[in-house]
Amino acid sequence: MSRLRRIFTLDSLIVPLVAILLGLIVGAVVMLLGGYNPFEAYSALIKRVVGNPYDFGETIRQITPLIFTGLAVAFAFRSGMFNIGADGQVLIGMTSATAVSLSMSGVSSSIVVPVSVIAGGVAGGLWAAIAGYLKAKRGINEVITTIMLNWTALYLSNYVIRHFFLLKGQNRSEDIGASAALTFLSGIFNNARVHWGIVIALLAALFFYVYLWKTKQGYEMRAVGFNQNAAEYAGMNVGRNVVKAMFISGVFAGLAGAFEVLGVFHYQSVFAASPGYGFDGIAVALLGMNHPFGVVLAAILYGVLTYGSAGMSFAAGVPPELIKIIIGSIIFFIAAQGIVRFVLKPFYLKRKKEKVL
Amino acid sequence: MSTAAPVVELKQITKRFPGIVANDSISLTLRKGEIHALLGENGAGKSTLMNILFGLYQPDEGSIEIDGKPVTIDNPNKAIKLGIGMVHQHFKLVQPFTVTENIILGMEPTKGLNIDYKSASAEVAKLSEQYGLHVNPNSKIQDISVGMQQRVEIMKTLFRGADILIFDEPTAVLTPQEIVELMAIMRRLVAEGKSIILITHKLKEIMEISDRVTIIRRGKVIDTVDTDNTNPNELAEKMVGRGVTFKIEKDAPVIGQPVLQLNQVKMNDKQGVSVLNGLDLEVKAGEIVGIAGVDGNGQSELIEAITGLRKIDSGSIKLSGKEIANLPARKIIESGLSHIPEDRHKHGLVLDFSISENMVLETYYKSPFSKNGFLDRRVVDKNAEKLVQDFDVRTPSIETKARSLSGGNQQKAIIAREIDKNPDLLIAAQPTRGLDVGAIEFVHKQLIGQRDQGKAVLLISFELDEIMNVSDRIAVIYEGRIVGEVLPQNTNDQELGLMMAGFMEKGGQSDE
Amino acid sequence: MKSMNKTFKFSLVMVLAVMMILAGCGNNKNNAANNGGSSNKGTEASNGGNNGGSKASDIKVGLVTDIGGVNDKSFNESAWEALEALNKEQGIQHKYLQSSSSSDYIPNLNQFVQGGYDLTWAIGFDLGDALKQVADANKDVKLAIIDSVVDAPNVESVTFAENEGSFLVGVVAGLTTKTNKIGFIGGAESPVIKRFEVGFKAGVEAVNPDAEVKITYAGAYDKPDIGKSLASQLYDNGADIIFPAAGQTGNGVFNEATARNNAGGATKLWVIGVDKDQSLEFGDEVTLTSMIKRVDVAVKNVTQQVIDGTFKGGEITNLTLKDDGVGIADTSSKNVSKEVLDKVEEYKQKIINGEITVPAE
Repeated sequence: MSRLRRIFTLDSLIVPLVAILLGLIVGAVVMLLGGYNPFEAYSALIKRVVGNPYDFGETIRQITPLIFTGLAVAFAFRSGMFNIGADGQVLIGMTSATAVSLSMSGVSSSIVVPVSVIAGGVAGGLWAAIAGYLKAKRGINEVITTIMLNWTALYLSNYVIRHFFLLKGQNRSEDIGASAALTFLSGIFNNARVHWGIVIALLAALFFYVYLWKTKQGYEMRAVGFNQNAAEYAGMNVGRNVVKAMFISGVFAGLAGAFEVLGVFHYQSVFAASPGYGFDGIAVALLGMNHPFGVVLAAILYGVLTYGSAGMSFAAGVPPELIKIIIGSIIFFIAAQGIVRFVLKPFYLKRKKEKVL
Repeated sequence: MSTAAPVVELKQITKRFPGIVANDSISLTLRKGEIHALLGENGAGKSTLMNILFGLYQPDEGSIEIDGKPVTIDNPNKAIKLGIGMVHQHFKLVQPFTVTENIILGMEPTKGLNIDYKSASAEVAKLSEQYGLHVNPNSKIQDISVGMQQRVEIMKTLFRGADILIFDEPTAVLTPQEIVELMAIMRRLVAEGKSIILITHKLKEIMEISDRVTIIRRGKVIDTVDTDNTNPNELAEKMVGRGVTFKIEKDAPVIGQPVLQLNQVKMNDKQGVSVLNGLDLEVKAGEIVGIAGVDGNGQSELIEAITGLRKIDSGSIKLSGKEIANLPARKIIESGLSHIPEDRHKHGLVLDFSISENMVLETYYKSPFSKNGFLDRRVVDKNAEKLVQDFDVRTPSIETKARSLSGGNQQKAIIAREIDKNPDLLIAAQPTRGLDVGAIEFVHKQLIGQRDQGKAVLLISFELDEIMNVSDRIAVIYEGRIVGEVLPQNTNDQELGLMMAGFMEKGGQSDE
Repeated sequence: MKSMNKTFKFSLVMVLAVMMILAGCGNNKNNAANNGGSSNKGTEASNGGNNGGSKASDIKVGLVTDIGGVNDKSFNESAWEALEALNKEQGIQHKYLQSSSSSDYIPNLNQFVQGGYDLTWAIGFDLGDALKQVADANKDVKLAIIDSVVDAPNVESVTFAENEGSFLVGVVAGLTTKTNKIGFIGGAESPVIKRFEVGFKAGVEAVNPDAEVKITYAGAYDKPDIGKSLASQLYDNGADIIFPAAGQTGNGVFNEATARNNAGGATKLWVIGVDKDQSLEFGDEVTLTSMIKRVDVAVKNVTQQVIDGTFKGGEITNLTLKDDGVGIADTSSKNVSKEVLDKVEEYKQKIINGEITVPAE
């Protein structure tokens, strides 16, 4: 009971709520200035998300990779590292899953999918572990290596698809027969591309929590994350933990890629530029305060805003540029809680003074 | 002086934090032109009280009067407007800026759109003259001494028109010479009509400079006395709540087999400069060996070599007869080493872990704390409960983050953890740095307790008094080598000083 | 544990907040639904009198762009302009959705399909797979695509013979170059851009076998900075004409050429515009000529079929030189000499006659 009460302390309830409200207000002001009706736009956003089963399913599809990449960034962060390279790890995960599933054509989907997903996850993990290894052995800052590995991953993926799996005359791989779609749900969601990734993503969040806070390896990783010197002093192998943390982080990102290929597209495009999953993941991890359950909720918020934004454009005629400003301001206020506290300060002080007198 | 009007009156101030009452109905009166010392152990509530006066915290109960008028101080700017200035223990200065730029930061005098440096500089020079601060307005902070930086902090408050100055542990960072200068400046300030609150736990300084002392313990005012009518022993007793012995009582050592043996240990740093230069050292069971030396003569490297944090280039290190040189740190710890590190924030604790988690920092992976790869939180918590109780670590709960404990209690937590491992060798590096008398006494008792149980204890300290009082044998380190070994009863400060400065070598193992 | 609680609390609150917004917005649902179908009310009102009762104003046309959006100064913009014109002239209702990533294609197309639109356009090669899926799932709706071929009975596919148009600007470049070095900058390697590349190269070779065509790819359509730096390299290596087929990335090429010309270089530097007459955007000082791709004509024609009720579907239209689907800009005479333009006309006729077959890949 006392635990429940702690959860619902006033402060922690009000601040994020006000943050979202402030973001919506700023967005509304921007829309009014642009001559659009904010109420119409916001209700269009919500309607686009929950208006019909198809869109609801597609929203889940939008949220799924955000959970994975959010977890990837958050996990590395908990271990004291900033993984900017989730984007490259997603690509490597995609490519490996594509390569494996295309090489196994003719085999039953129920075998191909798990094998490809595991291949994607492991490949993403190994890719991230390169940055971890360089940090552990050579002290090279992981921010730099992961950024550079993003480019390497982009060109490597494109090379592999172009040279081994290209569908003739197209800018993408051949079709992947195997599917990770949640077929028994596709009826409910009117053929929206809901896939097993959402289940695995939620399990990944649970794994993240249990591993980091309940196991001895997680304890070690957190110690390294908070204070490498103390961890080293206590006899922990800092280097090994760094590599391991990056590996796990990369596995999350790699899974995102594998499921995008197997569950959503069923082929892999040759990407002109970085697809951007990893960078959304950074925003989601920050919003979710690097906690697995926070990441899940932040991914939901982020996914709802991005998917719903098309509704604002469609039903209220708000142009995409303005929508980006609105989404940006909502996220800004949630991330910048200091501003919210500043806005709330007069109310708090008033209360305190009453108490003193 | 005692009849002067009060400038600050704190009335019945109470401040609660989750799980702890930091200030419990504290009242304090600061009179015009006095130096009022606020004495208390680490964590007694001194800083909380001053942060309330400076507007950083709001009191839960009680009121504040300045010059007889009730005021609400809800932020530091308000405090500054009311003439209150705070000289923080950790300076808040911008290193590449000049003295003047730092002083005017945030309230720059302007001429049109430009900052009027000329008049600001003149103003700073005038203040410097008036209070005898001798600060060059145009020097950059990074180029001036720590003592000088502190005077810049003082000047910052004066520039903002402060009449009431709060000094938070001002001597902690100063050399003895700088302390003398600071005392002179404080006297000058009160002579010019300022009033000063001095937060400290150093009895010597209080006796020397303050007019009155208010002692607080565990958030409550114990007493306010005139300095002339008291003495250090009385103050210490009031602060700690019991009699404090400044002299350490200990029996003659019962010396056993050698536990730690270093033979011709050599280590170079990254630039290839020799930092340990053929070091020989032996510590036996049942004795405390103190390493005396000036900072930077290889003490840190010696510890890192023994604990396995840094590789040695040649030589041998044996623990209980087993070679441990260049083994992984965990192997060495498992061979029976405990270590109270020099820097408790950097090495001793994971500050963002709870006390409970910190208590198993080296043992978390072993049974009973871990089973099948999972931590058994119940056992971990139980272990912490026991250690907190046995070693009197004052914390609101074992779930509290190590960061929010006072320095003394953090150190107690580390000692509890290290001693509980029941080591053969205990290394204590600067174990009392920054602690108050009560905590220092506790630490020393623990070290001697370990020695009496037949453990080998290696003590590294820059405080000569500590080395002389606690050690059974003293080894002097100079430029990465032990240059002399003496028994404390057969030596004096002067002889040690000469050895530490490299002017004299003496003894060796034959001293016994 | 403590920190966990805090974040957990925060997270819970976020859910609550989202739920509250959902609840609060429930009232407006009808409102949104009513507005969902209408578009560009102002135009509608002003055209109401002229088109009273005309069925064109009942026609709703949707357009899904690729990642570029309708302000890309290239083919997305061209397509949208065609719908804008139809809206002005005949009062059709039109609306677009911009895709922010490739996973948006299907939901965006579905938004129009489920909104009961009479025709939905997919603009760009990349939307081919998405449109195919939507077409198969909704066999009774009318769809159309630019730059890709979708094999479905309800889809009208429009492609262009970019190789033929590029051949002509290649002829211009080959006859105009002073340094005998010519640059080509592609957006990303794809069959469409490949047609630009090989057509252009063939055109240059046909009239000036000594000229060297240097081929580079920017890897992106929306990176003017990359375009600028690639252009800088090409000009440094002696090229005096560059043909960028790279959407917004090409804007950087114009920027670099203008800057160098203004600085007073020894050789006059040129850029060949793409998709639209880019001399209108970047000026005649730097735009030698432009390879026009009449996306607007294609969009207009197919949309008109829907308005007129003649839309059949399942057809593949390849717009060539012959159809005026591709060509060189009318404004080319400002910088290109009469002789060269005559040569261009000569080759144009040969291609139309079938005397010359321009390679496509």
